[in-house]
Amino acid sequence: MKTFIEQLINGLSLGSIYALIALGYTMVYGIMKLINFAHGDIYMVGAFTGFFASTYLHLGFVPSLLLAMLVSLILGVTIERVAYRPLRDKSKISILITAIGVSLLLENGGIILLSPQVRTYPQIFKQHMYSFFNGIITISNQQIVIFVVSIIMMVGLQLIIYKTKIGKAMRAVSTDPDAAKLMGVNVDRTVSFTFAIGSALAAVAGVLVGIYYNSIDPLMGIMPGLKAFIAAVLGGIGIIPGAMVGGLLMGVIEALVSGYGSSLYRDGVSFAILIIILLIKPTGLFGKNVREKV
Amino acid sequence: MSLLSIKDVSIDFGGIKALIDVNIELEKGSLTGLIGPNGAGKSTVFNIITGIYKPTSGKVIFDGKNVSTKPYNNTKLGIARTFQNIRLFKNLTVLDNVKIAEHIHVQYGLLSSFIQHKKYLDGEKSQNIEAMNLLKIFNLDKHALNLAKNLPYGEQRRLEIARALATKPKLLLLDEPAAGMNPQETKELTDTIRFIRDKFDITILLIEHDMSLVMDLCEDIYVMNYGKIIAHGTPDEIKRNPEVIAAYLGEESPDESEILSIEGGA
Amino acid sequence: MKQILKNRLLIFIGLFAIYGIIQILLSTNILNDYYEINIVLMGINIILAVSLNLINGFTGQFSLGHAGFMSIGAYTSAIITYKLGLSFPLALLVGGISAGIAGILIGIPSLRLKGDYLAITTLGFGEIIRVIFLNTEYVGGASGLSGIPKYTNWTWVFWMAVITVVLIRNFINSSYGRCCVAIREDETAAESMGINTTFYKTLAFTIGAFFAGIGGALYAHNFYIIQPETFNFMKSFDILTMVVLGGLGSITGSILSAIFLTFVYAVLQDYAALRMVIYSLLLIIVMLFRPEGLMGTREFSLKKLFKKGDESSEFTVN
Repeated sequence: MKTFIEQLINGLSLGSIYALIALGYTMVYGIMKLINFAHGDIYMVGAFTGFFASTYLHLGFVPSLLLAMLVSLILGVTIERVAYRPLRDKSKISILITAIGVSLLLENGGIILLSPQVRTYPQIFKQHMYSFFNGIITISNQQIVIFVVSIIMMVGLQLIIYKTKIGKAMRAVSTDPDAAKLMGVNVDRTVSFTFAIGSALAAVAGVLVGIYYNSIDPLMGIMPGLKAFIAAVLGGIGIIPGAMVGGLLMGVIEALVSGYGSSLYRDGVSFAILIIILLIKPTGLFGKNVREKV
Repeated sequence: MSLLSIKDVSIDFGGIKALIDVNIELEKGSLTGLIGPNGAGKSTVFNIITGIYKPTSGKVIFDGKNVSTKPYNNTKLGIARTFQNIRLFKNLTVLDNVKIAEHIHVQYGLLSSFIQHKKYLDGEKSQNIEAMNLLKIFNLDKHALNLAKNLPYGEQRRLEIARALATKPKLLLLDEPAAGMNPQETKELTDTIRFIRDKFDITILLIEHDMSLVMDLCEDIYVMNYGKIIAHGTPDEIKRNPEVIAAYLGEESPDESEILSIEGGA
Repeated sequence: MKQILKNRLLIFIGLFAIYGIIQILLSTNILNDYYEINIVLMGINIILAVSLNLINGFTGQFSLGHAGFMSIGAYTSAIITYKLGLSFPLALLVGGISAGIAGILIGIPSLRLKGDYLAITTLGFGEIIRVIFLNTEYVGGASGLSGIPKYTNWTWVFWMAVITVVLIRNFINSSYGRCCVAIREDETAAESMGINTTFYKTLAFTIGAFFAGIGGALYAHNFYIIQPETFNFMKSFDILTMVVLGGLGSITGSILSAIFLTFVYAVLQDYAALRMVIYSLLLIIVMLFRPEGLMGTREFSLKKLFKKGDESSEFTVN
């Protein structure tokens, strides 16, 4: 029981991080029907910005986080502008290939610029364990930070999407881009804004992962990126609460597989989940079926 | 004897009834029209016949058999179709478009393809000959090696019909064959359709908005509105049917001359 | 008919000349071992790129799992020669067949999906295959199999590449291959023409997987060691780059770009990251400025080059 709860808390921490990344995938997919393969690498850039901000600029947690969000946001918007926008009316496959290209560019460019070595993240929060119910539940202050920051971000996102004008534009474009355009929505600006928010959230995930696992490297975005994508599909791609739930579920499943089975199978299990979902209910847990018009 | 009978077919798309108790009988060798306002369910009827949609209730019997829910099986049974929004293989040559449709009658196996055995060479030759003969009928033979997407609109429509015929069907379904054509092209199309019915000895069901074409061409007409068949009869009967006039023009102007002037639908 | 036989003979003489010249250069050591390794690699990459092009370019089913099929061919063939001590030709065949069977098993469920969903699913299957090898002690787990006998040489690679290219080309030029291309162009229309799309997608996928398996088998018997890590999805991206650069739907394009990118690979062997940066820029630039790749769906042909070939000979009817 104790290990189970321990793994559950680990899974929820990891899952919150997946959820933050998954939100970016799901928003971009919702608005452009594109799997942004480079999203995991934007998360990596966020983690590195946070690392440099706290190690060399000696900034505190919140300023480092904000700087990481800003850098990733600019990167995300630039990528969309340069690499995806010219292809928006071309086949989906050509944007997908471009996205794979951008992803490889960030990873390998990262290796060249930052060296492939693993960096140790500074201990922004000295680890401290809190114990409840006679030690049945133990939780670290880092995990608490992850939960608190994730919740703030998710609530913030909901407010943006449902309470602001740009949020309304995002919902309009994701329902029907052509109709939205006719109604006077600036589609280009809305897409840019979506990339901005998604990338900033990925940066938050990057900084949190740095704090949680203490180590970062230029290829760190590949696997979490794929898993967050799986989380988005699991919840129903394009659906924001789906990405949150999917992310948490993925984290928990993965922690339980590592805890009880073999960690070597961990990645295999994630992909098995993806395949099962796509084959049985491709629209995900929260999705509705849509019929193709002939 | 009837080649196709649709019996009490209804279909439901998540609560929306697209077809309600539709009954259609097609005699062998007949040329039948299916008309009705936009959204009446005409294309849905085609999609049911070809097996793209499965009816919620009712049966479709073709040549004594239930139609399959797999479109490719129905093509093998002898049902071919064209599409409302032309669906050619755009980046392939006109000849290849027709040869692809000939595939269900292919005379060589996969293994002879791999080694380009004599069977393959002979089979390809006869496919080419058949395809070119078909293209000649539609006056498209001079474009055989052009890409389908480079044909003018009217010729694309004709190629789609030629391609459908290459499957050697017993029943040909034409979905708005005259859409987007000028009167001259429509006139030629009318002649072509009559010609292929006689030449290929097949049964034709066509959806069309162009009333003059339907009235001129079809011996038998079904009229649909809101997912139901509201009238069935000869062109003359349909012209006088008050329900049809109401469906097209609204209740207050039951003037038969106006129904003839409707072109292109809403 | 006579014309066809004459053409075939000419092609064969041409191929034999290429084979012979390089064989002489290799055996007289004018081209040393370093060249041999890279020339062999070019051949393997041609097999991989052309077979992936059948799936992605001709049939239009975007797969990112080619490295998975390659690994199945590599591992099973290594088991045949290294573990069981059987012959190399048998190993090639078994490698290809097992990859082909995997292609059927993976293709049937996943080919119902389209576009990017199919891409990510095949990527997932490729990774699952890798995880399975990673956890199988019999094939060495993470450290892989080492000590695989070196049977792959110029002769094997050249003729296997020729066979792959010829068979896939013949397939594409047949009624069966045209069905696959029809599916790429418009799946609904293809189905209405009597084409069982699931069957033909799976067929193309299986043929592609079979040759990827052969490529993997040749790879395993060239490099002494194979590890699961060699066949991760980055390898699939490598092959994809060749196909995209050459042109989705052009066999000669795939051949040329496989040769070119293997050359880049050889030059930048010690700078893996730089090589990948170049690959990634190629992908982006090709997509932005020439999405159809170098060759588009066209084929390079000597006949057209010399303009003496009778273009219409294949089409003359009546």
